[in-house]
Amino acid sequence: MSTETPRMATKPRGLKLPRKVGPFELSTIVAAVAILVAIFVPFYFDSGSGFMNDATVALVYVVMALGLNIVVGFAGLLDLGYVAFFAIGAYTMGWLGSTWFSGESIHIGVAEQLSSQPGIHLNWLIVLPIAAIAAATLGAILGFPTLRLRGDYIAIVTLAFGEIIGRIAINGDALKIAGQPLTAGRQGITPVDKIDLPFLEPFTSLELRHWYWMALALVVIALGVSFALRNSRLGRAWIALREDEVAAVAMGVPAVKTKLLAYGTGAAFGGMSGAFLGSFNNTVNADQFQFYFSILILGMVILGGLGSIWGVVLGAIVLTTINFYLIPDVFNSIPSKLGLDFDTTQITFAIYGFLLVIMMIIRPEGLIPERRRKQELHDESEDALVAQAP
Amino acid sequence: MESASIPVRPSRSRADVAREIISKYGLIAILLVLPVAYGIQDLQDEGSLTRLATNIKDGLSNGAIWALIAVGYTLVYGIIELINFAHGDLFMIGSFVAYSLIGTIGLTVGAGTAELFFGLLLILFITMIATGTLNTMIERVAYRPLRNAPKLAPLITAVGFSFILQNIGLLWLGGSHRGVPDLINTQEDYVTIFGVPITHGDLLALVVTVPLFFFLINFISRSRIGRAMRATAQDPQAARLMGINVDTTISFTFLLGGLMAGAAGLIYALYQTDVWFFSGFTAGLIAFTAAVMGGIGNIKGAILGGLIIGCIQQISDNRIGTEWTPAIVFGYLVLILVFRPQGLLGEETREAG
Repeated sequence: MSTETPRMATKPRGLKLPRKVGPFELSTIVAAVAILVAIFVPFYFDSGSGFMNDATVALVYVVMALGLNIVVGFAGLLDLGYVAFFAIGAYTMGWLGSTWFSGESIHIGVAEQLSSQPGIHLNWLIVLPIAAIAAATLGAILGFPTLRLRGDYIAIVTLAFGEIIGRIAINGDALKIAGQPLTAGRQGITPVDKIDLPFLEPFTSLELRHWYWMALALVVIALGVSFALRNSRLGRAWIALREDEVAAVAMGVPAVKTKLLAYGTGAAFGGMSGAFLGSFNNTVNADQFQFYFSILILGMVILGGLGSIWGVVLGAIVLTTINFYLIPDVFNSIPSKLGLDFDTTQITFAIYGFLLVIMMIIRPEGLIPERRRKQELHDESEDALVAQAP
Repeated sequence: MESASIPVRPSRSRADVAREIISKYGLIAILLVLPVAYGIQDLQDEGSLTRLATNIKDGLSNGAIWALIAVGYTLVYGIIELINFAHGDLFMIGSFVAYSLIGTIGLTVGAGTAELFFGLLLILFITMIATGTLNTMIERVAYRPLRNAPKLAPLITAVGFSFILQNIGLLWLGGSHRGVPDLINTQEDYVTIFGVPITHGDLLALVVTVPLFFFLINFISRSRIGRAMRATAQDPQAARLMGINVDTTISFTFLLGGLMAGAAGLIYALYQTDVWFFSGFTAGLIAFTAAVMGGIGNIKGAILGGLIIGCIQQISDNRIGTEWTPAIVFGYLVLILVFRPQGLLGEETREAG
C-alpha cells in the first residue's frame, strides 16, 4: 500500500475528466444515461428469456446491496446477517399474498380470480410498505443489542441473528401458533400472488419485462434515498460515527438513534427486495435464507467500494454477472479442460472468497471508491501510526 | 477505526454496584437455567439425575472439542484483535486430514491396541502440523498485509478464506457426509460411574485434550515465546521496542491455534465418526461463542466456555431437538454479548466494554 500514495500524487492532472459539462455534473449525466439505457434494454431481448430473468434478479440485488451499503458503507457497522431482512420481506409477502393462512379470508385490492381463494391476499403495493416496515422494525430490534459493542463483535452478533432467523425459517413448519405453522420450511410457501399494479394486468411469469421495470423502479427509489441520505444531516452523522465514535458522540451525534436508523433504513431495502423476490420467484423457501446470501450481498458492496453508491451498483451488477453467467456458462468447462474433475459452479463461494481477499489486499477502496474512504485507506502518515497503537 | 477508551466513572453509585452484580451473576444464572430446569423435570419423572448427568458428561467431551477450537480464536483475538473467521473451517480441514490419514496409514476397525495407539498418535501429530502450517500461511497471505488497514479489512479477508477452505473441503471429499471407521468403538462403555456410562470416546477426548491444555497454559505463561506473545498482546509497539519480533510472534500464535484446531479435528472425526465440509461453519460459531463466554483473549476462559457450551449443546440436542441447537447456542451468544460482553473470566476490554 505504501507505493500507492506517491503514484496518486504524481498522476498527471491533465488526464482527469472534467467534473462539469455545461450546467450538469458529469456524474449526473452518466447516471441519467445509465438509467435510460437500463429502461430500454428489455426491448432488445425476448420477454421470457433467461437474460431478462437474470437482469431482474440483478436489479433486486442492486437494491439489497444499496441497503447494506447504508449499514456497512455509510455507518461502518459490519452486518453479516443481512439475509434476515430479505427473509422477513419474503415471508411478509408469503404470509400476506398466498393461500398460506387458509383459515382466513381477507382480500384487499386483488384481481377477481384471487378473491375466491382462501388465505390473506393483499395487493403487492400494500405488502411492499408492510414488508419494509417489518424489516426496518426487525433491523432496529436486532441493532439494539449491538449498540454497546463495537467493531467485529457487531459482525458476529448480526451473523448470529441471521442464523437464528434462518433456523426459524427452516424449522418454522414445526412452530405452530394456534395450529397454524409459521413457515413452510424447505417446502416453501407457494404459489405467491403476482404483482398487480392498478390500471394494469397482473404480472405473469411469461412477460418478464414488467418485473424488470418494477425492479428498476425499486433501484431508482433506493438510489434516490441513498443520495438524499448521504448528503443529509443523518448521513454525515453516520460517517462521523464510522470515523470516530467517541469524537462523534462528543460533538453531539446521538449514537443510539443514528445507529438504529442505519440498521432500520438498510433493513427496509432488504424487506422490499424480499417482497419483490417472493412474488417473482413464486415461492418463499427457507433454503434461500442462508449465510451465503449475506456474504454475496456484502461481496457486492465491497467489490464496488464501501460507501460509494455508484460503486455498489456496479459491484452488484458485476457479481451477479459472475454468479449467473460467468461461473455457470463461461468458465465452467475450464477445470475439465485442465484435467480437473469439478465444475466451477461447485467452487462459486471459493471464487467469492478469493475476490474478497484480493479486493481487500489490492484495492480495499473498491472499483469506484468513495472519496473519503480512499483518503482514509491511503493516508499512511497519521492513521498507520494510530492503528499500530493498541 | 481506533478510538480512545471510554473512561471509567470515578464515583460508584448504588445503581452501578447493582448493575455490576447483575452483570456478574446474571450470566451464570442464565447458564444454569437449562440444566436446573431439566434436572427438576428428571427428578419428577424418573426420580434420578442420571439422564442429566449423562447429558453433561457427553457435553464435557464434546465441549473439549469446542474448547480446543475456542483456544485458537482467543489466542488470535488476544494478540491482534481479529476474529479469525476461517478458524472453524481450519478445524474442518483438520478433520479431513485425519480422515484421509486413517485411510492412508491403513488403520482399520479391529487393529491391535499398540498399533492403534501409535497410529493415532502419528495421525495426531501430522494433523496438528498440517493445520498449524496452514493457519500460519493464511496469516501471512490474508492478515499480515492488512496489519495497518482498518479493522474491517482483515475480518473480510477472514470471511473470504473461510469460503475458500470450505470449497477446498467440498472438492476434497465431496458434498456428502463421510463416515469415519469407528476405530476406538466410540460408543462402547469403559466404566459406569453412578449409572453414567463413560465411553471410549469420552476417554479419548480426555486423554488428548488435558495434556494439550496443560502444555498450552504452561507454554504461554512460562516459555520465552509465550512471554513474547503476552507482551505483543499488551502493546505491540512497546514489545517491538523491547526487541521482540512482533511478526514472528504473531505467526507463532497462529501456529499454536492451528495445532489445537488440528487436534480438535482428529478427536471430532473419531468421536462423531463423521466428517463433512460444512461442519466447520457451525463449529466455528459455537467455538467463538465459547471463547466470548469465557472472556475473549483469556485461554482458561475459552476452555471453560467450551465445556459449558458443550453441555448446553448436548442438553439442547437431547431434550429440545438437534435442529434447534444452533439457534439456542447463538441465542446464548447474543445474550452474553448484551449482558456481559467481557465474558465469565474476561476483563473489561476496550472493544467489548
